[in-house]
Amino acid sequence: MVLVLALGDLHIPHRAADLPAKFKSMLVPGKIQHILSPGNLCIKEVHDYLKSLCSDVQITRGEYDEDTHYPETKQLIIGAFKLGICHGHQVEPWGDLDSLAMLQRQLDVDILITGHTHQFKAYKHEGGVIINPGSATGAYSSITYDVNPSFVLMDIDGLRVVVYVYELVDGEVKVDKIDFKKPQ
Amino acid sequence: MQVQEDAVSSAEEQDKWLADAMALVQHNAFYMHRAVDASNLRDALKYSAQMLSELRTSKLSPQKYYELYMRTFDELRQLETFFKEETKRGRTNADLYELVQHSGNILPRLYLLITVGSVYIKSQEAPAKDILKDLVEMSRGVQQPIRGLFLRSYLSQISRDKLPDVGSPYEGEGGNVMDAVEFVLQNFTEMNKLWVRMQHQGPAREKEKREKERSELRDLVGKNLHVLSQLDGVDLEMYKDVVLPRVLEQIVNCKDEIAQYYLMDCIIQVFPDDFHLQTLETLLSACPQLQPTVDIKTVMSQLMERLSRYAAASPEVLPEFLQVEAFTKFSHAVVEVIEAQPDMALVGAVSLYVALLTFVLRVHVDRLDYVDQVLGGCVKKLEGKGKVKDVKATKQLVALLSAPLEKYKDVVTILKLSNYGKVMEHLDYDTNRVMAVVLMQSILANNTLITAPEKVDGLFDLLKELIQDSEGAPSIDELDEEDFKEEQNLVARLVHMLVNDDNEQMFQILIAARKQFGQGGPKRLPFTLPPLVFAALKLVRSLQNEDLPDDGPVSLKKVFQFLHQTVEALSVVPAPELALRLYLQCAEAAGVCNLEPVAYEFFTQAFMIYEEEIADSKAQVTALQLIIGTLQRTRVFGVENRDTLTHKATGYSAKLLKKPDQCRAVYACSHLFWVEEGSGVKDGERVLLCLKRALRIANAAQQMSSATRGSNGPMTLFVEILNKYLYYFEKGNTQVTSTIIQGLLELIVTEIQSENTTQDMQVDAFLANTLRYIQFQKHKGDSVAERYSDIKVPS
Repeated sequence: MVLVLALGDLHIPHRAADLPAKFKSMLVPGKIQHILSPGNLCIKEVHDYLKSLCSDVQITRGEYDEDTHYPETKQLIIGAFKLGICHGHQVEPWGDLDSLAMLQRQLDVDILITGHTHQFKAYKHEGGVIINPGSATGAYSSITYDVNPSFVLMDIDGLRVVVYVYELVDGEVKVDKIDFKKPQ
Repeated sequence: MQVQEDAVSSAEEQDKWLADAMALVQHNAFYMHRAVDASNLRDALKYSAQMLSELRTSKLSPQKYYELYMRTFDELRQLETFFKEETKRGRTNADLYELVQHSGNILPRLYLLITVGSVYIKSQEAPAKDILKDLVEMSRGVQQPIRGLFLRSYLSQISRDKLPDVGSPYEGEGGNVMDAVEFVLQNFTEMNKLWVRMQHQGPAREKEKREKERSELRDLVGKNLHVLSQLDGVDLEMYKDVVLPRVLEQIVNCKDEIAQYYLMDCIIQVFPDDFHLQTLETLLSACPQLQPTVDIKTVMSQLMERLSRYAAASPEVLPEFLQVEAFTKFSHAVVEVIEAQPDMALVGAVSLYVALLTFVLRVHVDRLDYVDQVLGGCVKKLEGKGKVKDVKATKQLVALLSAPLEKYKDVVTILKLSNYGKVMEHLDYDTNRVMAVVLMQSILANNTLITAPEKVDGLFDLLKELIQDSEGAPSIDELDEEDFKEEQNLVARLVHMLVNDDNEQMFQILIAARKQFGQGGPKRLPFTLPPLVFAALKLVRSLQNEDLPDDGPVSLKKVFQFLHQTVEALSVVPAPELALRLYLQCAEAAGVCNLEPVAYEFFTQAFMIYEEEIADSKAQVTALQLIIGTLQRTRVFGVENRDTLTHKATGYSAKLLKKPDQCRAVYACSHLFWVEEGSGVKDGERVLLCLKRALRIANAAQQMSSATRGSNGPMTLFVEILNKYLYYFEKGNTQVTSTIIQGLLELIVTEIQSENTTQDMQVDAFLANTLRYIQFQKHKGDSVAERYSDIKVPS
C-alpha cells in the first residue's frame, strides 16, 4: 500500500494566502510516500512545506511558478503503475480530455496527473486514467467558477488504485472515492 | 595581590575564630548543663553568661556570627526549660527576671533577660504587653549593628507565639493586638536603624563588602513585617491606619537605598493583595519620596505584577479595582517616578510602561482607551528621541507592542490604538520590520479579515517600512534578499485578507491598497500588484450579474480600468512575463463580460509585450501557449477582430526559433479554428491547413537533422500530428479524411522501421499506444467506430 498525494494550483501568494486550515491539519508528515504536483505552487515556501510532509516531491512547471527549472513533464513508476505529471497549460484546448489523452499516450503512462483548470476530474479512458486534483487552495481560475479547494490521495495497491478526493464544501471536508484497476 | 591575600587569610581567620568561639561555647555549655542538672541556679547563670559572652565578639562576619548564634540559641532553649522548672520549685518569675540582670556585661544580660521573659510571659503572672515593652526598650542597650540585630532577632523569635493577638491566651489582661503591633513596630524600627548604620561604618573602600554583609542580614529585619502580617488582629483597618503608615515612615526617613528597596519589596510580598489594593495611594505616594538611586521601577513592576495576578486569579475583585481607580493611580505614579528620576535609563522607563500595560491587559482587558493611554505615555517619553538605538530599550518596546497583540490576537483591535503606530516609529528599521512581520503573521494565523478601506490605510500605515522606502531607511539592495522576498510575499498573502462582500466597499479597499503599493518602487511591485489583480478579477465576477451604471461608485468599466492601469504599472517595472499573463487573464474576463473592445485592448497589450519584450526562446514558447489557450477560449470577438488576433498568433507560432517548437505551436493554433461549444467556429479547412503546415515543419526538421547529424531524428512530431488528425477526425471535421490519416499512418510506420531514423523508445511506445487506441475506437460499435472502419492499422 503506497500513499501518493496529488495537489496543485495553490497559487500562493498571488491568488491565495494559504492552504485551508482543515486541509493543513489533515496533511501530517510521515504518512505519505510520494507527493506529485502539476505545478503553480508558486513560491519556494510552498515547495519547502511539501518537502516537510514527504521527502519525495515531484513537481512540474506551472506558468506562474517562481522556480522556472521545474520540468514541463515528469514520468515515474510507483509499484505496478506508470505515472505522468504535466501542468496542462501546454495542452490545447485547456481541459480538453481528448487532448489530454493524447499527452497520456505520448508519455506512455497509466495515470496522468494534470491541473490548470482548478477543477477536480477523474477520467477513465481506454489508455488509463486522467486525474486533476483541482486547486488545493480554491484559487481563482478563468476556466472554472466557484472553485472549491480540493486535493487527491491515491492508494496504490498491486494492480489497483483507489483515488480519494477531498473537497472543502461550505467549510466541511467531503471525501469521495473512485476505484481503478489496471488490466493485466 | 596584597588585597587578595588579606581576603584569603580573612576567610581562614574567620573559620579559626569561629572554631575557637564554638569551643568556648561548648565548654561553658557543659558546665551550664552540669549546674542545671544539680539545680544550681547561681552556677547555671554564671556559666550561661560566660557562654553568651562569646556573642560579644566583633571579629566574625554575619554568616559566621549566625552559626555561633544558632549554637547558643539551642543551649538557651534548654536553659529556658530549666528556668521554667525553677519557677515550679518556688522561684518566682519576678525573682528570676531580677536575678539575671546581675550579669556583668549587657549582651549576655539581655539574652538571659529575654529567655526569662519568655517563661514569665507564658506564666501569665504579669501582662505580656508590659514584659514585651520592657524587653524591647532594654535592647536599646546594644547599639553595635550585628550584635544588636541578632539580639533583637532573638527577641522576635522568642516573642512570636506570645504576642497578645486577637484570640491568643495573652489577650485581655496581657494586652491587645494594638500592643502587639506596637511591640513589633518598635523592634522593627530599631532593627532597621541598626541595619542602616552598618552602611556608614568602616572605610569607604570596603563599601562593597559591607553591602554584601548587609544583604546577608536583611531577612532579620524583614521578618518583623512578616510577623505583623501573620497577626490575626491586623485587619485592613489596622493595616491602613497604623501599620503601613508607620512602616513607610521608617522606610522613607531612613534614607537608605538598600533598606528602602528591600523593605518596599517586603511589604508587597508579605501583605495580602487586597490590602495593597485598598492602600494603593499611600503605597504609591511613598515611591517618589525614596532615594533617587532606588530601583523603584522594579518595585512598582512587582506590585503591578502581583495585582495583575490577583485580578486574573479572582475575577470577582475586578469591581474593586475600578472602585479604587487602581489604573489611574498607577498611571500617575509611573509618570511621577519617571519625572522624579531624570537619570533613569530609557529601558527603565519603557519597562515601567510594559508593567503598566501588562496590568491593564489583565485587569481591564476591555478598556482599549486605557491601553492606548499607556502607549501614549510611552510615546510622550520617547518624544524627540527618534529611532531608539539602545538594544535593551528596544527589546522593551517590542514587548510593549507584542503584549496587546498576543492578548487580543486581532490586528483590527490593534488598529484602534491611535498610539500603536507612533510607538513603532521609534523602533530602529530592522526591529520595525520584524514587528511588521509579526503583525502580518498574526493576521494570517488568526484569519483576521480587514473589511473597511480606512482600516486598510491604518494597517499599511503600521507596515509602512515594508511597503515603501522611507527617508533614512536602508535601501532594498542593502537588505538580505531572502528576507526581502519573504516579507514581500507576506504582504502579497495579506491582500487576500482584505475582503468585503459589498462590491463598492471591496473596490474602495482595492483602490486604497493600490495607492499604498504604488509607492513601493519597481522591486516591490512584482510581489504586491499581482494579488490585487486577482482580487479585482474576483470583483469582476461578483459584478457580472449586477447591472450597474458605468459611472456609479463601482462598475465593470471602472474595475477594468483599474486592472488595466495596475497591469501596466507592472509591465513598466519591467516584468513582461508577469504582465503578459495578467493581461491575458483580464482579456478572458472581459470576454466573459461581453466587453469586446476591452478584451481586444488587453490582447493587444499582451501581444505587444510578446513582440517587444519576450526574447528568451523558452519564455516565448510558454507565452504563446498561453496566448493560444486564452484566445481559443474567448468567444466575444466578431469575425474581423478574431481574424486579426488568430492571424497574429499563428504568425508568432511559425516564427519560433526551434523547429519542434514551431511545429507544436502551429498545430496548437489549429484549435483556434475549431470550437466545440455551442455555435463556435468550426472551420475544418483552416484546421487542416494548420495541420499540414505543421507536417511541413516536421519534415523540414527531419531534413535538418539528416543534414547535420546524418540520420533522421525521431518521429515524435509526426505521431503527435497523427493524434491531432485523429482528434479532428472524431470530432467530425470532414476535411480530415481517412485517406489522409491512412497516408500519415503508413508513412510513420515505414520511417520508424527505417535505418535512417533515430530509434527512440518513447516514440515507439507513443505509436503503439496510438495504434491500440485506433483499434479500440474501431471496435467500439458506435458511430465513431463506423468512421474508423476505413482505417487499417499496419502490422
